[in-house]
Amino acid sequence: MTEASVRNFSMNLGPQHPAAHGVLRLVVELDGEVVTRADPHIGLLHRGTEKLIEYKTYAQSVPYFDRLDYVAPMNQEHAFCLATERLLGLEVPRRGQLIRVLFSEIGRLLSHLLNVTTQALDCGALTPPLWGFEEREKLMVFYERACGARLHANYVRPGGVHQDLPQKLIDDIGHFCTTHPRVLDDIEGLLTDNRIFKQRNADIAKFTQKEALERGFSGVMLRSTGAAWDLRRAQPYECYSEMDFAIPVGKNGDNYDRYVIRMEEMRQAVKIMRQCVDKLSSTTGAGPVSSTDGKVVPPQRAEMKRSMEALIHHFKLYTEGYKVPAGEVYAAVEAPKGEFGVYLVSDGTNRPYRCKIRAPGYAHLAALDYLCRGHMLADISAVIGSLDVVFGEIDR
Amino acid sequence: MTQALTDLGQHISAKLGGTITGVTVAFGELTVTCAAADIIAVLTFLRDDPACRFDYFIDLSGADYPERALRFDVVYHLVDPYRARRIRVKVQAGLDSDVPTITTVYPGANWYEREVFDLYGVVFAGHPDLRRILTDYGFSGHPLRKDFPLTGHVEVRYDDELKRVVYEPVKLAQEFRQFDYLSPWEGSDYVLPGDEKAKS
Repeated sequence: MTEASVRNFSMNLGPQHPAAHGVLRLVVELDGEVVTRADPHIGLLHRGTEKLIEYKTYAQSVPYFDRLDYVAPMNQEHAFCLATERLLGLEVPRRGQLIRVLFSEIGRLLSHLLNVTTQALDCGALTPPLWGFEEREKLMVFYERACGARLHANYVRPGGVHQDLPQKLIDDIGHFCTTHPRVLDDIEGLLTDNRIFKQRNADIAKFTQKEALERGFSGVMLRSTGAAWDLRRAQPYECYSEMDFAIPVGKNGDNYDRYVIRMEEMRQAVKIMRQCVDKLSSTTGAGPVSSTDGKVVPPQRAEMKRSMEALIHHFKLYTEGYKVPAGEVYAAVEAPKGEFGVYLVSDGTNRPYRCKIRAPGYAHLAALDYLCRGHMLADISAVIGSLDVVFGEIDR
Repeated sequence: MTQALTDLGQHISAKLGGTITGVTVAFGELTVTCAAADIIAVLTFLRDDPACRFDYFIDLSGADYPERALRFDVVYHLVDPYRARRIRVKVQAGLDSDVPTITTVYPGANWYEREVFDLYGVVFAGHPDLRRILTDYGFSGHPLRKDFPLTGHVEVRYDDELKRVVYEPVKLAQEFRQFDYLSPWEGSDYVLPGDEKAKS
């Protein structure tokens, strides 16, 4: 073959590729099997969430957040509620905070279980997803028992959470905390020392802490480089400051480190859940789950049947909503995928003037080209698996 | 907390002199405003100054205020991970004025600037690859502008005869409902359907 007939190859991957974790179209330029450029085309799931929110009241905006990162819905609602509460100057009662933390950690389990096991699937292992999804199913049932929906919860509301948890549910979550670590052991037994999994992931998509910071990486991506930056510790919200948990960090900043961190974060999440369960079951955790400010939080249904004032409040809150003082805030939570932030601008009316959603996966996917250059084509699927992308939040 | 942020704001405006046009602390957050042309200098200072060290890029977003001469805000969010504090930098841009790209300071801003360009039409001068990102191929208009209708201009459907997806102007089965909650007692300043007859 003469020199002139050698040329780079352009290939289209997706938007309907099982390794794309959703609807990602990737235009890849290849030199043989080595990637010289990867250009992700996103927006195939763009629904204009931010535009829609500008036309909805604050209470109506909350369900849109379930549809962003749909593998851990409540963590997103939480960020929006924190932003709204900061503008309103609203305090969340302690029991509400405990329930929020409990379900944030359930969301972390949901997300990491899906991610770790599908990352294994991208590398050729079929069993971990089957085991992981069995656990996810149990967690979904907890979601359903708390709020009636398996996925689109609308459970965390400005002021607290929608309804109190029955004690039986709290006990069942406590029981789950005792059985779940064994499943994690099983999954780890399949993957951690697995030769193929290591070969596919160790030393792939390495980056340094400086690169992670200037590229806006957060969550596990940033921690894999050794930076112990976790918003639950660095800028504690709710009652995370009284929880006892460790922040696992990596050493090498590669795919394998991220897998190991996610496994350890799940164990820490279980630890936090158990503390929440204990506190919710004790007398100090009793009380209202939502703020008692009747101008923001709608009354209970039972109260509505007897009190004229509650009925009026209910009507006003579900038609007009409440007015939020003018100003701008940025509130962020440590979502399973990284820092999920909401930049909320209020002009003093009952609707957000601007609601920018800062999704962690967006910054991570933006670096795909940077991370994949010089790697082999087969590494792309391993890298996408490790970036933990969900297109609901990236495309918004 | 607020005092520390106020001190930090004073430090920044003292060091940068006239380039900082405003420093506010509200809701426990520090906001600094400057002219669009100075944004690279300001961000480089915030990143490199030993008392600031905001080298963690978090977010870049836009906002639209149609009544202003320079109608767009470009908002930068940065974090100092060593002292766990945040800062917000805001610049203004108009329809024909552009903003220098900050991809040279923070490479992670690349997609965020593409997004603001796509949704607001703010042009980032010197950006390496300023294409649309979230909207459809061949989309026209900038959807997050306040004068862009919520329903958009075109809708798509699959045409059985052409065997492909076709684009058509939006046809609404009923008028888009926009309730006026701001002045329920004072009365609305627009004419309700049917009211024009009562007047005459």
